[in-house]
Amino acid sequence: MTLRIFLEMGGYGFYVWTAYGVTLLVLLLNILLPVVQRRQLLRQLSLRQKRGQR
Amino acid sequence: MSVIPAVVNRFFHQTASPPYFYALAERLAPWLTGVFLLLLAAGLYGGLYLAPSDYQQGESYRIIYIHVPAAWMSLFVYVLMAVMAGIALVWRMKLAEVMLIASAPIGAGFTFIALVTGSLWGKPMWGAWWVWDARLTFELILLFQYLGIVSLYGAIEDRRAAARAVSILALVGVVNVPVIHYSVEWWSTLHQGPTITKLDKPSIHVSMLIPLLLMAVAFKFYYLIAVLQNARLELLKREATSQWVKNLLEKTA
Amino acid sequence: MKPVRKQRLMLIGVMLAVLGAAAYFALKAFNENLMYFFSTSDVVAGKAPANTPFRIGGMVVKGSVERPGDSLLVRFTLSDLSREVQVEYSGILPDLFREGQGIVAKGRLDGRGVFVAEEVLAKHDENYMPPEVASSLKKTAERP
Repeated sequence: MTLRIFLEMGGYGFYVWTAYGVTLLVLLLNILLPVVQRRQLLRQLSLRQKRGQR
Repeated sequence: MSVIPAVVNRFFHQTASPPYFYALAERLAPWLTGVFLLLLAAGLYGGLYLAPSDYQQGESYRIIYIHVPAAWMSLFVYVLMAVMAGIALVWRMKLAEVMLIASAPIGAGFTFIALVTGSLWGKPMWGAWWVWDARLTFELILLFQYLGIVSLYGAIEDRRAAARAVSILALVGVVNVPVIHYSVEWWSTLHQGPTITKLDKPSIHVSMLIPLLLMAVAFKFYYLIAVLQNARLELLKREATSQWVKNLLEKTA
Repeated sequence: MKPVRKQRLMLIGVMLAVLGAAAYFALKAFNENLMYFFSTSDVVAGKAPANTPFRIGGMVVKGSVERPGDSLLVRFTLSDLSREVQVEYSGILPDLFREGQGIVAKGRLDGRGVFVAEEVLAKHDENYMPPEVASSLKKTAERP
């Protein structure tokens, strides 16, 4: 099986790969957003703490 | 609570303490991610490459390997949230509130995936992106329930009061779960009946079934990873002024 | 369990019970509207609305599909294994449309009792198997 045939998915390539693409995007966002937000929050909190100590 | 042995009770109290849970979630993350990636790789390889094409639907049926696990998870996460809501209301357990609210965006994500992949599957097979049959309509309502929970929690300033309101909303909405599950049997729908969960043997060839089950377990692990990340963020927000967070900041600084 | 917790638990129990009952009655009341389509027997029995469009579901009877002329017009018979309804449709059919396939058509009955469809959707079953398995299953089923 060549890569081209695999990507074509018997003519349903658009539907299959869009479905997998959207899934990947949503799953990634739901992991990355909380991680990024937590890092930001930690940075903010540690800044505030340092200011409080001075 | 004499029914529950003291050891179990202690275990729950310890695990439910915010600093312990925060650290535990951090330690678990790489293991969970490893297992998830292995399952995902196996499931995708099996589903997209090894599994034969379907006698009716050709290659288009391969959307099943994300559509069905996502749809299962959309119901599973909601049931978990209802359980958390019950615990939060009765025992006023903080961690249950945190897990409840941490689960909502992930459940919404699964529901969204189920709807979008279903649409992308429905267009070539049924001939329509969307139909207002009972299964699809109630699944769309489930998405609004998740979004409602997220926005209600965001709308109330006091986090404990917000958690209580959200718990009640989550419990009320749980009636939709059996309605979605049985919709294809109770009413005539364009959506076909259940393949795996019917009582006699599943009507899917074993070479197609194995990747599907692998993907389903992979999605469970994904949920664990994502919910723990969300829960850590929520815990930090709630406990920003507490001593353990201060200690944590000093350690990392 | 502490009495106050017991009380809360009871309250939640009662809430869920009341809610379940309310949902049950609401769904029962909307039962008809939640049906996506009428079966061919329903239509023959006159249960489908006259004058307004509705959906009909059934199996395309084997050997009944005919395309008179060069246009997109298709005629076929739908059946639910007890009653049959003639359907006429002009347009593009979904990939899964074939004889023996379940379909759902939207349209209305004309004076002759023929269902004139404006939209045809394919309803596939819940079985998934490789083509070889399907054809061997078919062979064993055809053997007397």
